[in-house]
Amino acid sequence: MLAAVPISWFLTLSAVLFALGVAGFLYRRNIITVFMSIELMLNAVNLSFVTFSYHRQQVNGHLYAFFVMVVAAAEAAVGLAIILTIFKNRGTLNIDDVDSMKN
Amino acid sequence: MQLWLIPILPLLGFVINGLFGRRFSRGVVSAIAIGSVALSFAWVLKTIFGLGDLNTRYVEHYFTWISSGAVNIGADFAIDRLTVVMLLVVTGIGSLIHIYSIGYMAHEGGYYRFFAYLNLFMFFMLVLVLASNYLLLFVGWEGVGLCSYLLIGFYFDKQFATNAGNKAFIVNRIGDFGFSLAMFYIFKNFGSLDFTKVFQQAPGTSEAILTTIGLLLLVGACGKSAQLPLYVWLPDAMAGPTPVSALIHAATMVTAGVYMVARSWPIFIHAPSAMNVVAVVGIATAFFAASIGLVQNDIKKVFAYSTVSQLGYMFVGVGCGAFSAGIWHLMTHAFFKALLFLGSGSVIHALSGEQDLRQMGGLRKKIRWTFLTMMCAAVAIAGVPPFSGFFSKDAILLAAYEHAPWMYWLGVVTAGMTAFYVFRAMFLAFFGEYRGKEHPHESPPVMIAPLAVLAVLSLVGGFLFNIPEFLKGIFPVREAAENSGLMLISVGAGVVGILLAWFIYVLKPAMADSLASGFGFVYKTLYNKYFVDEIYDAAVVNPLVRGSRTVLWQAVDVGVIDGSVNGVGARARNLGDLLRLLQSGNIRSYATWVLLGSVVAIVVIAWAGIGMSGGLR
Repeated sequence: MLAAVPISWFLTLSAVLFALGVAGFLYRRNIITVFMSIELMLNAVNLSFVTFSYHRQQVNGHLYAFFVMVVAAAEAAVGLAIILTIFKNRGTLNIDDVDSMKN
Repeated sequence: MQLWLIPILPLLGFVINGLFGRRFSRGVVSAIAIGSVALSFAWVLKTIFGLGDLNTRYVEHYFTWISSGAVNIGADFAIDRLTVVMLLVVTGIGSLIHIYSIGYMAHEGGYYRFFAYLNLFMFFMLVLVLASNYLLLFVGWEGVGLCSYLLIGFYFDKQFATNAGNKAFIVNRIGDFGFSLAMFYIFKNFGSLDFTKVFQQAPGTSEAILTTIGLLLLVGACGKSAQLPLYVWLPDAMAGPTPVSALIHAATMVTAGVYMVARSWPIFIHAPSAMNVVAVVGIATAFFAASIGLVQNDIKKVFAYSTVSQLGYMFVGVGCGAFSAGIWHLMTHAFFKALLFLGSGSVIHALSGEQDLRQMGGLRKKIRWTFLTMMCAAVAIAGVPPFSGFFSKDAILLAAYEHAPWMYWLGVVTAGMTAFYVFRAMFLAFFGEYRGKEHPHESPPVMIAPLAVLAVLSLVGGFLFNIPEFLKGIFPVREAAENSGLMLISVGAGVVGILLAWFIYVLKPAMADSLASGFGFVYKTLYNKYFVDEIYDAAVVNPLVRGSRTVLWQAVDVGVIDGSVNGVGARARNLGDLLRLLQSGNIRSYATWVLLGSVVAIVVIAWAGIGMSGGLR
């Protein structure tokens, strides 16, 4: 059943998801949306890993996917904590307002 | 024989007085300064008696000073009969002048500084004399130049004194440049700077090379010994204290050039044209400076030009091959010229600083001892037999006659002028009516005693020390024919000069002024020293200053050097301003750059991969 779906479809889906993540990262101003876009890019890459792993009948890709998921979970914890702190201190979630490094 | 002790003792005196002299009393300072020089003199005597007849050169090697490739220069001192003469003159007269300075400098500030410099000078002068190679001689040569500069500018709060010091130092640089070139050339041709090695090879060397070396050495000697055209610094050097004029600018340092030429005789003897140039420079300087001395009104200026003129005589002597006559005159001149300077110092001291002959007169009775001693020097320099100047000057003039008769005649005229200007100064200062305002007072015994010793030496130095006989083994022997006719002529010229001075300045005092106005143009030219300083200023000094100011300073320094340094800084700023635009602080613009960067990186890697695998498959 699965063999009926060509590998290129999975890869295309992965690329589309990645591009959506990039676009969201670049064009959205809300920090939480940007954060979700990053998660989207990570998972798009995960999809590629798993696809190649399945295609080549090797377990390496799966391993990488798990690593990425672990890192993403940690990053989510830290990132959300940062976002909370920013909101508490500045009362905004607009990413363009977070530029205190400038000047 | 521990030759090194001779120069080291004055150096010790310099170090002690220079470092701690400020805290010592004047008595301690003088004791250290004079003690060190007197000990040095005593050591010279002990060395001479310890070494016997000194018919061969005695060399002491201490250590290798410079060893680099083919260059091997030792710190060697050597002593032979020529060195003995110089050592005795330098330490003997040096000691006398140190003693004299106690009295002369008694009322001056910077007492310890003066004696420290004087001791340092003695050290360098003794190194110069004892050196056994050209480089070590050059060390002493430069060292005495430094001390000369320091002592001319001793009254550093006076502009003219510091200017005179600078002038002496800078003019001497020209001569030293020639000397350095001579040393390079000697080393290139002989592979050594050691006197013994160089002089051994000299006879077999081509005349062109020896002439070049000789002429370059002469340039150095002209600077140090104040010969044409580099003599201009010596008259100005009289801005220093008078004992300095006596020691450095009359008796010792300025004779270094004569000593150096005489020491290099094996080079000169094989380069007749170079020797001829030495003689011509000497006789021209002698005549030229004596003519200026005729009309100067500053007592020290008269003797300064006299020194230049007498140094010219010495050059005539060594230039005509009569090396020992030149050294003889060097010695007798050291006696009588040191005495003339110290005597004029005593006069100046008596008049509380007055140097103008027109403000003197009639001092004969007021400062009797100064008058008597200076008179001894005057008859000696005028060549009156049998006093010291007569012997040495006569020997030189005889040699000049054999070399070229016109030099002899010019020398005779110069001898007449010499007698005239010295006695003119004597008569103006000591005879007639007193024209000044100060109350003259005789100098203390500590100043008179050295004058008396020098007076005796000036009178008897000629027949007591027969230098040509003593130096027979050192220089090539010359058969100098006795020629009593020539001798009479030169003595006659001196006597005529004395009588003329007597006539003009004592019998008919009004005549001097009428002569000056009668020969207005000549008088003005002589009084203004042939305008040589003005010509040098216009021809050399001002163009140099202007060129340095407009081209080197305003164009090269400000434009090129400052411009390039500042330009580097300014370009870095500009670049930084551009890069600053990237740092917007906007996180999304950073992200955009990351994206663009990764796209570029992927494209480049892809292209590289395609290229390596030989195109698309």
